[in-house]
Amino acid sequence: MRNVKTIYFKEMKSYFNSPMAYIFLVIFTVINGYFFTRTFFLFNQSDMRSLFNIVPLVYLFFIPAVTMSLIAREKNLGTMEVMSTLPLKDLDFVAGKFLAALSLVLTGLAITLVHFFTLTQVGTNIDYGAVFTGYLGLALAGAVYSAVGTFASSVTDNQVVAFIIGIFIVLIFFLMDKMLMFVPVSLTGIIQYLSVDYHLSNISRGVIDSRNLIYFGSVVGFFLFMTVRVLETRKWS
Amino acid sequence: MIRVDNLSKSYDEVKAVKSINFELNDGEIVGFLGANGAGKSTTLKVMTGYLSPTRGNVHVNDLNILDNTHAIQKQIGYLPELNPLYGEMRVYDLLEFTGNIRNVTGKAFKTALARVIDQCGLKGVIHKSVSECSKGYKQRIGLACAMIHDPKILILDEPVTGLDPNQIVEIRNLIKDLGTEKLVLMSSHILQEIQATVNRIIIIHKGEIVADGTNEELMSGFRGNTKLTLEVKNAEDESIKGLTEKIPSLSLLDAEVKNGSQLLQLEYPKDQDPREALFKYAVDSNWVVTEMSPHSANLESIFRTLTMEDSAIA
Repeated sequence: MRNVKTIYFKEMKSYFNSPMAYIFLVIFTVINGYFFTRTFFLFNQSDMRSLFNIVPLVYLFFIPAVTMSLIAREKNLGTMEVMSTLPLKDLDFVAGKFLAALSLVLTGLAITLVHFFTLTQVGTNIDYGAVFTGYLGLALAGAVYSAVGTFASSVTDNQVVAFIIGIFIVLIFFLMDKMLMFVPVSLTGIIQYLSVDYHLSNISRGVIDSRNLIYFGSVVGFFLFMTVRVLETRKWS
Repeated sequence: MIRVDNLSKSYDEVKAVKSINFELNDGEIVGFLGANGAGKSTTLKVMTGYLSPTRGNVHVNDLNILDNTHAIQKQIGYLPELNPLYGEMRVYDLLEFTGNIRNVTGKAFKTALARVIDQCGLKGVIHKSVSECSKGYKQRIGLACAMIHDPKILILDEPVTGLDPNQIVEIRNLIKDLGTEKLVLMSSHILQEIQATVNRIIIIHKGEIVADGTNEELMSGFRGNTKLTLEVKNAEDESIKGLTEKIPSLSLLDAEVKNGSQLLQLEYPKDQDPREALFKYAVDSNWVVTEMSPHSANLESIFRTLTMEDSAIA
């Protein structure tokens, strides 16, 4: 656990000592803010659905950008060799990196709470439960995409390639339940269950079902496990 | 103590290291010498747990690298080839980060920091970012990271590559100091560097160990020729030609006239020293000998002979 913390703080410092974190947070806030406020006063409804609809789309491009450097850069710089010869478990290394990326994503998400405060000032009959579960769903989707991005970053030493692989996998998870009409009926149940959006919309409706939580937990676990396996393959190259 | 047992490492079809054996004892500074691609770095990477052996094993103080990777890594300080560092970090932060991973924290870290700053001469750069430091300092920073936990074993892969002569001397002195209390294994393809720093040399060629011993042992075991430079005055061509007939063990490699003297490059088998006969011949021929210097086999000739044998045969 101590090593996870050490890696985590190193990554956070690395994000905030470079323009990376600031660029991400500013653009993330501006885009989400624009799309939320554009329709908020027009629809005149006391909910945050427009924000909850746009954030998963923004995630698609922003999270792979945040995660692309996590491991690919270490491989490219050669520091992966140093890390691998320290008494440090691959799992601790991966977990620290993943948590740092997730923290940055959650920081961006936390900034959008400013819209919630706007809502509390101007809105009436606010469904606080739906807002809470909406944010919970976005946080969990952020965790899934961060885990995918961490994995994508581990399979190459080129950050651009990691970004493209990340977007590709994230898009698959995002589009799965939108492509159901193209798959055989017998597979629709499975495909729908694998889709991030399906679980996200369940949670956003205000229902916290253990199936959804297990899904998010499993996908995060799966991709972090795969990342560790990829790192272990270096030993046998 | 490190024991390498029948260690082999293959990359797909390429056999980088072929069943090598050696043992290193505490307090030794050992040079691991080989041409580029000979298998030096691969061996070191297996010894530090970065790569797994295809066959064989590495034992460090009775622990083996396959089952006790982290326990061994705790005892080793490793400076990889090209010394990769996080350029954006401050030197202090990098040392603190390495210390944290190695469980050197709090008061122990402060003591360790003071030690490595002193040993590696980092006082002037400790609050600078790594990318602002010169190559020599970066090398010292890499060494400081490898030594922050005061390991008993230091493995240094090409520690002086790319440094200027002054920096090389500094790093060499540092390694020599460290070698008084630690086991230091350093790889290099710079022969003079190895010769000046270490007290035992292992030469690896095409993944196999071709020589292992002290500098003196390698010299005495080497069956090569000794070269001799002879500078004489009053030497006529005929008497020079007669020299090799009179002393058959000598062969004439080159002869040139320089500043009115004859400069002869000669060669003889190491165990047939002809200098006494040569001197008598010079007196008989009325030569005035102004220089007679033998150049006994050096590490370079040993290295070239051992690592070029195959290509010469081929």
